[in-house]
Amino acid sequence: MCAKRYFLALLVCLLPLQARASVEIQHWTTPQGARVYFVENHDIPMLDVAVDFPAGSRFEQPEKNGVAALTHAMLDQGAGGLSDVAIARRLADVGAVLGGVFEQDRAGLSLRTLSSTRERDIALALMLTVLHKPEFPDSVMRRERARMLAALRDEESRPGEIAEKTFYQALYGRHGYGLPPSGTAESLGRIERGDLLSWYKARYRAGDAVISLIGDMSRDDAEQLALRIAAGLPQGVAAGGTPMPAPQPPVEKRIAHPSAQSHVLMGQIAIARDDPDYFPLYVGNHVLGGGGFDSRILKEVRQKRGYAYSAYSYFIPLSQPGPLVIGLQTRNDQVDDALKVARETVAGFVAEGPTEAELAQAKNNLIGGFPLRIDNNGKILDYLRAIGFYRLPLTYLDDWTARVEGVTLEQIRDAFRRRIDPASMSIVIVGGNAG
Amino acid sequence: MQIKTALFFLALALPAAAGVTDVTLDNGMRVIVKEDHRAPIVVSQVWYRAGSMDEHNGATGVAHVLEHMMFKGTEKVPEGEFSRRIAAAGGRENAFTNRDATVYFQQLQKDRLPLALELEADRMANLQLKDESFAKEIRVVMEERRLRTEDNPQAVVYEQLMSVAFRVHPYRRPVIGWMNDLQNMSAEDARDWYRRWYAPNNATLVVAGDVNPRDVVALAKNTFGPLAARSLPPRKPQEEPAQRGEKRMVVKAPAKQPYLLMAYHAPRLADAEKDVMPWALQVLAGVLNGNDSARLNKRLVKERRIAVEVSAGYDGINRGPGMFLFDGTPAAGKTAAELEKAIKTEIRRIQEEGVSADELDRVKAQAIAGDVYQRDSVFYQAMQLGELATLGLPLDLLEKRVEKLKAVTAEQVKAAAKLLTDDRLTVAVLEPQPMAGLPRKPAREMDHVR
Repeated sequence: MCAKRYFLALLVCLLPLQARASVEIQHWTTPQGARVYFVENHDIPMLDVAVDFPAGSRFEQPEKNGVAALTHAMLDQGAGGLSDVAIARRLADVGAVLGGVFEQDRAGLSLRTLSSTRERDIALALMLTVLHKPEFPDSVMRRERARMLAALRDEESRPGEIAEKTFYQALYGRHGYGLPPSGTAESLGRIERGDLLSWYKARYRAGDAVISLIGDMSRDDAEQLALRIAAGLPQGVAAGGTPMPAPQPPVEKRIAHPSAQSHVLMGQIAIARDDPDYFPLYVGNHVLGGGGFDSRILKEVRQKRGYAYSAYSYFIPLSQPGPLVIGLQTRNDQVDDALKVARETVAGFVAEGPTEAELAQAKNNLIGGFPLRIDNNGKILDYLRAIGFYRLPLTYLDDWTARVEGVTLEQIRDAFRRRIDPASMSIVIVGGNAG
Repeated sequence: MQIKTALFFLALALPAAAGVTDVTLDNGMRVIVKEDHRAPIVVSQVWYRAGSMDEHNGATGVAHVLEHMMFKGTEKVPEGEFSRRIAAAGGRENAFTNRDATVYFQQLQKDRLPLALELEADRMANLQLKDESFAKEIRVVMEERRLRTEDNPQAVVYEQLMSVAFRVHPYRRPVIGWMNDLQNMSAEDARDWYRRWYAPNNATLVVAGDVNPRDVVALAKNTFGPLAARSLPPRKPQEEPAQRGEKRMVVKAPAKQPYLLMAYHAPRLADAEKDVMPWALQVLAGVLNGNDSARLNKRLVKERRIAVEVSAGYDGINRGPGMFLFDGTPAAGKTAAELEKAIKTEIRRIQEEGVSADELDRVKAQAIAGDVYQRDSVFYQAMQLGELATLGLPLDLLEKRVEKLKAVTAEQVKAAAKLLTDDRLTVAVLEPQPMAGLPRKPAREMDHVR
């Protein structure tokens, strides 16, 4: 796997014996404006490639809610003269796996392939075909839409899914993040093939593309590949999203559901990915509800009282301010007690912040656990994609432990007090006793 | 857009077993070490050969309840301290229980391994199991059952089907336990279970990562070596009598979509060298369901549009009996009966016509690639080793497994398909009940409540 041309290359061959403690990210921009993030690593004869676009559901209009998800689902269902079955077959023939990411902000594809020439070239050619020449055949589109409708019907029977959709709608209304990412039965019914084509041309642009690469590939080959990816995409950049609406007034919604448990979601709009309060809030939340068995919410709700199996809080920082979400599920007849405990825990934390001991424990866990965040190619690829998409500094991973270490008690208290108001959170309860 | 299905299958391919150290301590505890120096981390797993299949009626779920209780403290390490110390060391930790085993694991920086082993050795012998901790934790487990099973219609179908497909073998009982057994479980049931199965001679330690095997074995000897072996209760086979004809059942639950689950009794992998059918059944699963163009998806979802989701899998690498399962969601306007008929048509086609060389090659290419991809996860490699050890299978199966799959012929796949006969089949159909188990009131909104 290692080139034998230079003495230096021989040294590189010895490197896999050394444990990886940091990640060396190579970054460049193609002439079309695509941003490329590359980690060269020859330990395993495989390659991961991901290409992401600002093509998530938040850019949709409510009337065509679901067009982003359907377009994304259709990319590999017929492209460049190949049918859906032909594409899947050729990928499987070389053992390649084509995957997708679809979120509110971004839509993307990822490919994992063997790095041996034959397998790699066939797999990459298929990925390029899917990215560059999706055909959105009408009949296939109707089939995939029917499958999405079936999935939506299934979600209607799941209290957790109902709670999540209701929660985002309560926070964001009919705008951007308030839209259900897979659309609704009504809006999906309005979507035609032409909508998918327009969406693809408008949002899968080379100038917005984030290309992430990790694995057994040379820098030269990576540059060539990035060029080919960018050159075949619609050129230019997509229009920005519509601005965030004024915050909705907080609501409490109770929805009756014949489930054994009530699902509770509580929260408010909080921070964007580039927010200067990101690290104080992130570290603080590790104490509040993000640190598993070490966190206050799980201790209070589960360990002390046995109310729930899962209870948590986390920030979802997005391109625009995403929410703080606090969640739990509990037997219907004790939902009000459990909710009260969760609310008091949040209020107490916002008022007083963590203790010295709690902050030290959180930092030890986060900093001591950093090597686990980058211990394989799959995890590093996810970081490359996030760094690229959210335009985080290239040194994000190098700086990460220092940023966590630098967070002070006062910063956490201050950030939570300024950003989180326990008295104006929206609450959604879906379950048997609600309503 | 995947509808989550209730089926969980062992992945098709496994990593190579190069660089594996395998020793047994004097007290009978097995220690397996896998070197992987790509990152400065270590994974530690303790596998107890005690899962729900070792339980008795009236105390179903106790294996899993004990797993929860293992975090509730010893004299030296009080309640909450286990998790706190691992977290303070930058670690991640958890545990899981299945039909065959209970597994505790930590992921840490490589030099923190001694902490994990000390804590595991301590709770292997010194668990306190206090009544008041039990009283709280059993409520958590009941909430877990509500979350994962009671409010998940497909999980209910799976649980109900297993209780009918097996009449005798303990695989008929759910891992989480029946609710009534949980409601009536006592701390003494958990203590009983702990005394019976938690001994070094019923455990395997698997360590994988950036470690030196000699150091790990020495460390394991120091930490676990002093624990005394105990005599283990006899394990009775409880063999399932041959099924005498197809079984069918209807499961009613609040749901919006019908759902079909079909389970055929099938051979399990018992002799890694001689058995052929388990490998052929794995390849059969690949031909039916191994990729987006495989037979079931191509014919039933893409072409005939009878289903919105359909899958198949072989579940035969277990301590207990094997099964070959199908599940699916009918498309709008189609019934579960139509989907079942269509699945059986696909089975019959293979029984009669066999499979093509292309299909066989495709499944094998995927197995070969999967073997490479799995080397990316140290945790997964440790999982595979622990599983083989627990099943009493040779560890070099990790290396040989791809070869075994590659050796499967089209004739053998056809023979494997012929094992899927109606007499070995149990079919469960989810009949959706209206969501208004309570009269459905409109969503009540209260704005500006505070």
